[in-house]
Amino acid sequence: MGKLTIGCFSSLVGSMSLDFAVKLAAAAIDKGHKVDFWVSGNGTMLSIKDQRSFKDYSSLEKPLKELMAKGLNVTACEACAEARGYHKDITMEGFKRHSMDWYLASTFSADRVLHIGGE
Amino acid sequence: MATTKLGFIVQRPPYKSENPKLALTHAIASQSVEVYLNDGDIVTAEVAFIGDGVLNCLKDQKATEHYDISSTESHIKMSLLVDVKVFVCKEDLAKFGLTENDIVMDAEEFGADMTVSVVPFQEINKMMEDVNHLLFF
Repeated sequence: MGKLTIGCFSSLVGSMSLDFAVKLAAAAIDKGHKVDFWVSGNGTMLSIKDQRSFKDYSSLEKPLKELMAKGLNVTACEACAEARGYHKDITMEGFKRHSMDWYLASTFSADRVLHIGGE
Repeated sequence: MATTKLGFIVQRPPYKSENPKLALTHAIASQSVEVYLNDGDIVTAEVAFIGDGVLNCLKDQKATEHYDISSTESHIKMSLLVDVKVFVCKEDLAKFGLTENDIVMDAEEFGADMTVSVVPFQEINKMMEDVNHLLFF
């Protein structure tokens, strides 16, 4: 099986790119692949816990937790998160925070890298 | 010992979005990636500005003066300082009526040896074929 590194820089609310990226990660994991998932820029919005779910807005905490339980390795850019006031105490359990070199290191062993830029 | 080459392609203009600066900060992060890898393994980064992205390279940017943030220009210079290769598309530069005189070409004041390469798109295309992974910003 292969390893897929996904980087997504789009916001959770205001874009559907994170929805797509999480669905793609789910499909890859279901096929037995390893997936590293990096969020940077506005994408770090994904890391905040206890976001209220409305039908009009994307809400990915539940599927993300299910994927993490299946082995999804998900990490947020710490500087991007801190710049937005997304501190560690409001970060979803299991959601890692690292500097940007983590993403680059993940690409080293990736068979494919899918990078989805920001808005 | 192995090397993974990453190509960062910047197509968007500066300050309209965060993307160009994120491309540069991620490329600069290639300098510290070894902490996650085995001895001898490295990740290299090359950055190419194409299309509207060439506007990121204009010199004498006033981002600090107007927005109190670091400029994209300073990030390009920092990239040169850490030996990241920086390419600018010659044809796209010409479309804006710009020449090498209008853009940041070096970071001598920081002590950088690396300089910006203004090249035909054909060379950027070759770079894109040579790298292991492409990241579009």
